[in-house]
Amino acid sequence: MASAEIDVKYVAHLARLALTPAEEKQLGAQLGNILGYIEKLRELDVSRVEPTAHAVPLVNVTRADEIRSSLSHADALRNAPKQGGGLFVVPKIVE
Amino acid sequence: MLNQLTLSELTAKLANREVSARAAMQACLDQIARVDGKIHAFISYDATDALAQADVADRELAQGGRTARCLLGVPVAVKDVLCVKNQPLNCASKILGNFISPYDATVIEKLKAAGAIVFGRLNMDEFAMGSSTENSAFGTTKNPWDLTRIPGGSSGGSAAAVAADECIASLGSDTGGSIRQPAALCGCVGLKPTYGRISRYGLVAFASSLDQIGPFTKDVRDAATLLGVMSGVDPRDSTSVPQPVPDYAAALTGDIKGLKLGLPKEYMIGGLDAEVKAAVDAAVKKFTGLGAEIVEISLPHTDYAVATYYIIATAEASANLARFDGIRYGARVDGADPIELYSKTRGAGFGPEVKRRIILGTYVLSSGYHDAYYLHAQKVRTLIRHDFLQAFEQCDAIVTPTTPTAAFKIGEKSADPLQMYLSDIFTISCNLAGIPGISVPCGFTKNPRLPVGLQLLGRPFGEESLLKIAHAYEQATPWHKEKAAI
Repeated sequence: MASAEIDVKYVAHLARLALTPAEEKQLGAQLGNILGYIEKLRELDVSRVEPTAHAVPLVNVTRADEIRSSLSHADALRNAPKQGGGLFVVPKIVE
Repeated sequence: MLNQLTLSELTAKLANREVSARAAMQACLDQIARVDGKIHAFISYDATDALAQADVADRELAQGGRTARCLLGVPVAVKDVLCVKNQPLNCASKILGNFISPYDATVIEKLKAAGAIVFGRLNMDEFAMGSSTENSAFGTTKNPWDLTRIPGGSSGGSAAAVAADECIASLGSDTGGSIRQPAALCGCVGLKPTYGRISRYGLVAFASSLDQIGPFTKDVRDAATLLGVMSGVDPRDSTSVPQPVPDYAAALTGDIKGLKLGLPKEYMIGGLDAEVKAAVDAAVKKFTGLGAEIVEISLPHTDYAVATYYIIATAEASANLARFDGIRYGARVDGADPIELYSKTRGAGFGPEVKRRIILGTYVLSSGYHDAYYLHAQKVRTLIRHDFLQAFEQCDAIVTPTTPTAAFKIGEKSADPLQMYLSDIFTISCNLAGIPGISVPCGFTKNPRLPVGLQLLGRPFGEESLLKIAHAYEQATPWHKEKAAI
């Protein structure tokens, strides 16, 4: 495993999460501590072990490809922080 | 006091018209008015709507409708992580703003179809991340047995509300112990079913491969009843399993003669409190007296479960919580472009523990670290699951303490996230393995007098045996009848 150091600023950018400098500092220290603990997994040789993504005894769950009703337009927009003309309003994306 | 009744006691009284659903609902509302200022189990509740539901139930009861609908007129409160149509949903976070659920979760549909009065939004750790409810943006819930202590978490409100008789039963969710741990610390019954037993549709996702919905109740019979109502395959959740739903209450025969109970030697850790250990040892003795056979088993990868969990759960959480971006719902902090809007909204909306887990989860999935952390943890998860499947070749259920200690003080662990995580040591493996687990009261510490929980873990879809064993123990002991003095 990699060293127990996180570039918090970079990871926060990946996560689209604005942090204050104080939060960055505190999180860096706490996560260093947690990653140090997680290092213990390195003791295990898992080179011949298959990963488990979930514990469900199912594969390829499908359903009939049929048209069904869904949320109404009004219900889908009901919780929008900003809406207009029946749409979600967002900041300008293209110049 | 009707609010103190168990579910089965109340439905019997409702059926023969000894009491009305309105009176039962009103008794719960009166208890909330009397004690919830101290306990703060509820974030909000709509008394008018709850009483209106009770009146509908009473009209049906008057026509003899009970036989078809097993929860008719029973007040059931809900953790603030499940969608109930036209009710608020916050996940105890600021980021959801004034969100109102546009639809019912599948479990809520099922409860309503069975006639339950679905009411209230129960407090929790923000997005179910925590073990104490101290991470709620709406204030900490207090333990009904000692108001200076935490009720456990993340479903702390669900456990406290049942323990304080503010409702007849409640729903919670369990990703690493979030039903069993608070049930243990508040002295009620908490059941986490097998992964896939209950549809997760309408449950706000934390870690999708670990999350499962379950009931909090005053006794094991009530847990069996609610499990029966909530279980079953659902086309809207592709991880729900098309396994027949048995009559769980029929399994409660009281006869556990010849069943084998496994004691994992790895669970006798240094941090295990002496009084908790004594209570569990006494429970094991009780099982022997009931005719069960005790066998020592080994779960050799127990020591790696917490580390594995905090990689997998945070990785899944970081992806799941990407949806809270201030565009389609919830609170928004404006920015010059979408990325600035996302970052500012999330920075302002999420609390410290959620931020910590998003950063950790993003890190373990990020380029260059994915294989070293996430994939590695998924492989260790295989080993942990195999431990359990092997152990179940030797025993019918596994017996452990639910928690290493009784309820700790508010603030005691909040400054040290790792210590908080380590308090989940006995409950976390169950979710990684996808197996069912139940916590039942098994005694009290002396001074202060706090509940202790016994955990039983079972085979995948082995809820019947689990409930049978838990019920036999419960009926042979007095613990579940004790009430907190509030």
